[in-house]
Amino acid sequence: MATQTIIESPSVAVRRKSFSETYIGEWITSTDHKQLGIMYLVTGFFFFLVGGMEALLIRTQLAVPNGHVLTPQEYNQVFTMHGTTMIFLFVIPVLAGFGNYVVPLMIGARDMAFPRMNAFGYWVLFFGGIFLQSSFLFNSAPNGGWFMYAPLSEPIANCGGLHAYTCTNGMNSDFWLLGTLLLGISSIAGSVNFVVTILKLRAPGMSINRMPLFTWMVLVQAFLLLFALPSLTAASVLLLLDRHAGTHFYVAQAGGDPLLWQHLFWSFGHPEVYILILPAFGIISEVLPVFSRKPIFGYTFIAWSGVAIGFLSFTVWAHHMFAVGLPPIAQAFFATSTTLIAIPTAVKIFNWIGTIWGGKIVFKAPMYFALGFIAMFLIGGLNGAALAVVPFDYQMTDSYFVVAHIHYVLFGGTALGIFSGIYYWFPKMTGKYLREGLAQWHFWLMLIGINLTFFPMHLLGLLGMPRRYYTYAGTVGWNELNLLATVGAFILAISVIIFMYNIIVSLKNGQKSGSDPWDAFTLEWDTTSPPKKYNFLEIPVVRSRRPFYDKKNPEIADWKTVTH
Amino acid sequence: MRNSLFRNPRPWLMLFTGVLFAFFLVACGDDTPKQYGPHTILNTAGPVAESERFLFYIILFIATVIFVLVEGILIVSIVRFRRKPGDGEPYQNHGNLRIEVLWTVIPALILFIVLGVTINGLFQVSTVPPGKSINVTAIGHQWWWEFYYPDYNITTADSLHAPVGTVVNVRLYSNNVIHSFWIPALTGKTDDIPGHNNTKWFKADRTGVFYGECAEFCGAQHAHMAFNAVIDNQDDFSTWVTTQQQAAVVPDQGSLAASGAKLFVGICATCHGIVGKGTGYMSGYQDPTVACNDPNVACKVGPNLTHFANRNLIAGGVLVHDHDQCTNPDNLTNCQLAQWLANPQGIKPGNDMVLGATLKPDQIKELVAYLESLK
Repeated sequence: MATQTIIESPSVAVRRKSFSETYIGEWITSTDHKQLGIMYLVTGFFFFLVGGMEALLIRTQLAVPNGHVLTPQEYNQVFTMHGTTMIFLFVIPVLAGFGNYVVPLMIGARDMAFPRMNAFGYWVLFFGGIFLQSSFLFNSAPNGGWFMYAPLSEPIANCGGLHAYTCTNGMNSDFWLLGTLLLGISSIAGSVNFVVTILKLRAPGMSINRMPLFTWMVLVQAFLLLFALPSLTAASVLLLLDRHAGTHFYVAQAGGDPLLWQHLFWSFGHPEVYILILPAFGIISEVLPVFSRKPIFGYTFIAWSGVAIGFLSFTVWAHHMFAVGLPPIAQAFFATSTTLIAIPTAVKIFNWIGTIWGGKIVFKAPMYFALGFIAMFLIGGLNGAALAVVPFDYQMTDSYFVVAHIHYVLFGGTALGIFSGIYYWFPKMTGKYLREGLAQWHFWLMLIGINLTFFPMHLLGLLGMPRRYYTYAGTVGWNELNLLATVGAFILAISVIIFMYNIIVSLKNGQKSGSDPWDAFTLEWDTTSPPKKYNFLEIPVVRSRRPFYDKKNPEIADWKTVTH
Repeated sequence: MRNSLFRNPRPWLMLFTGVLFAFFLVACGDDTPKQYGPHTILNTAGPVAESERFLFYIILFIATVIFVLVEGILIVSIVRFRRKPGDGEPYQNHGNLRIEVLWTVIPALILFIVLGVTINGLFQVSTVPPGKSINVTAIGHQWWWEFYYPDYNITTADSLHAPVGTVVNVRLYSNNVIHSFWIPALTGKTDDIPGHNNTKWFKADRTGVFYGECAEFCGAQHAHMAFNAVIDNQDDFSTWVTTQQQAAVVPDQGSLAASGAKLFVGICATCHGIVGKGTGYMSGYQDPTVACNDPNVACKVGPNLTHFANRNLIAGGVLVHDHDQCTNPDNLTNCQLAQWLANPQGIKPGNDMVLGATLKPDQIKELVAYLESLK
């Protein structure tokens, strides 16, 4: 000790590292879009595991009739938090993570437009997520469903109840309302940043119609968030006032209207569905061309169908409400708008297949997931179109058929798109490949798991099983299909464990990937892996939709052969 | 072998996926009605559910054709355009406007045909047909259904009785949370929303007992909010109405049922009404939609039990009431009514039946005897 003291005498003192220079501190204080992107991805994936646990609890409870794993009160908390977690804390953060990491690189920018606001958005999400999940510690996790319908989410006094057990006791709904308000703030901050970054910071020559399609879809998504979230915020604030300030916005007995909540909620909630899928469309539109060795087929159609979906998504909200007793003419209107929104969605699927057609497909992990996305999302589109057939919807709404539909869209679609993106950009983020053999196991088990879990739910719906039942009798013919779905859920869990193992071993000693492992077309590959803080030594100049392809193939560059 | 499976799982997993899909297609194609189970929307018993099922078959047909075509093209292109060793770069095709317009217009046409059928069906099921009809108010409670017949002034719970071939006009009432009224074999859902008094209609083409259930999440016991639609021929229905309009049977002096009646007045009558004479009894049925909003009326929390012995469900369908199992006071092993009385919170946690003290076996015997006498 004595010797050390002498060595560390003031004359030779080394300046102590400041907090922001330590490894942890560098991440915590970071405003770099790439670090924040990775933080978003890791946080989102952590909550994917949380939401996945909740899903496994649900499926374990329903594996056999009269299950006793959870009490009804616990079941209601678990399924509410499963939906809330997956939507607000998994999909949105992970998509924001990809957007953060990839968009500035793709458009040849050095960072997002507002780096500190970017960090603010992340940390609000981080604490908002912890706040929401901490409700379990107080045994008051939200229990009114992720849709929080009033008056079930109202306190007893506002619910017209003559007796106890009506409505929601405790702070359950408050956790949800305050938590989603926080997450909404995070999303607004993120969206403003995306809009400004994409509109103002594109590299010279990258006109709007030369932007990569992922960037297009992030832009549309950012606008959707900006216009959809105020509706949820308004709805939530009114409900908080009902709960704590003695107002009665949703209380029929006092002249309010429970349907007001539904209209406000779904005015947010349906654009939300596209908020959750559009960036995944974007990921697929990046991966398919690279691994087919062709440009995207019909860039303009894909970009503008995304915009069309964005606009139309604000006109379809009441197709969640066909059973609430709207006049037939209003129902016909919403059936029509729902039909309209199916058209641009169909166009995208055909354009993706057009991209593969005539290509030379390289089968690597990102491509498997992208192709799986098309195959599964198609099912989610078809059963969605079926639900737009209003009289059939009277039978199927709030049944397991709808559960099948949303999971083919959000798991078969969004989640497969997200995994495709992770396998695609992981080498960019780390300089290393993920292992291909493990990726194959992950993909095929996940594909099997999705279909084993969610396909039987169509049949359960047709057999009359409503959603959100914590148990069922053994005599009504739902046993086998439920057991099958539970087996599928555990196969999904195994596939996710394989994925996590893959991440760990590949981070440790994955094969070096170099800067351009897939021989790709867009600017993020035209820099080191991982990129330096400043992204590009020189800001690239763009002359077509595939700037990096042009650079690598100067003889046959796109700008020489096509005009756009 | 195991090693090669691990290294290259693809063929095995592909095979398994194929088998899985084949299994599902067979499962869908299996059209044996009796295997559907009692809640299915496919065994219809009335015109509303029939229209809804017809539209399902149309969209199922169209969706299946599109599914097979698109997935087929996808698989063909995956197989056909895989890169082979030595392959160069393919032709750099950026798109083809004519083809893209074509595959925008074709799905649009198909979708608009479906839309036409949809809107036609929508107006069809929302138009009440002419002919004889009855009125029922369906009241959603947490968590059981009450049915009030304004034309006959009777109230019952758990079973909606209606005559065959008659339009049943249902008014949907709730003064608590939102519920949804669903009888899969007869009609799709309409929500039961406070302040909205939605209406719907259905008609049964054949007699029988059809399952109904609540389809909108309504709290802890949402899963146990079932009911029956009991469709009788006109005579049986009229008899049922006449029976319901009578006051409760008074048990013989000194019988087990008479002791049960005393217990009932002491323990149960706060929450459960029985129409009859004397203290603790109601003078007549109430319209719950009126009575329970009137602060001057003692509105009962639980179902009216005046003719309980004729019902076949207990407590929102969580248990089945089998009269024959409950007639022998010395052997109530299979009497679910006795099980319910012994432990209502264990069977349906969170429900409103909270007893001050657990009932003793003798008390249960007496109460069962009384309730089973209420024909």
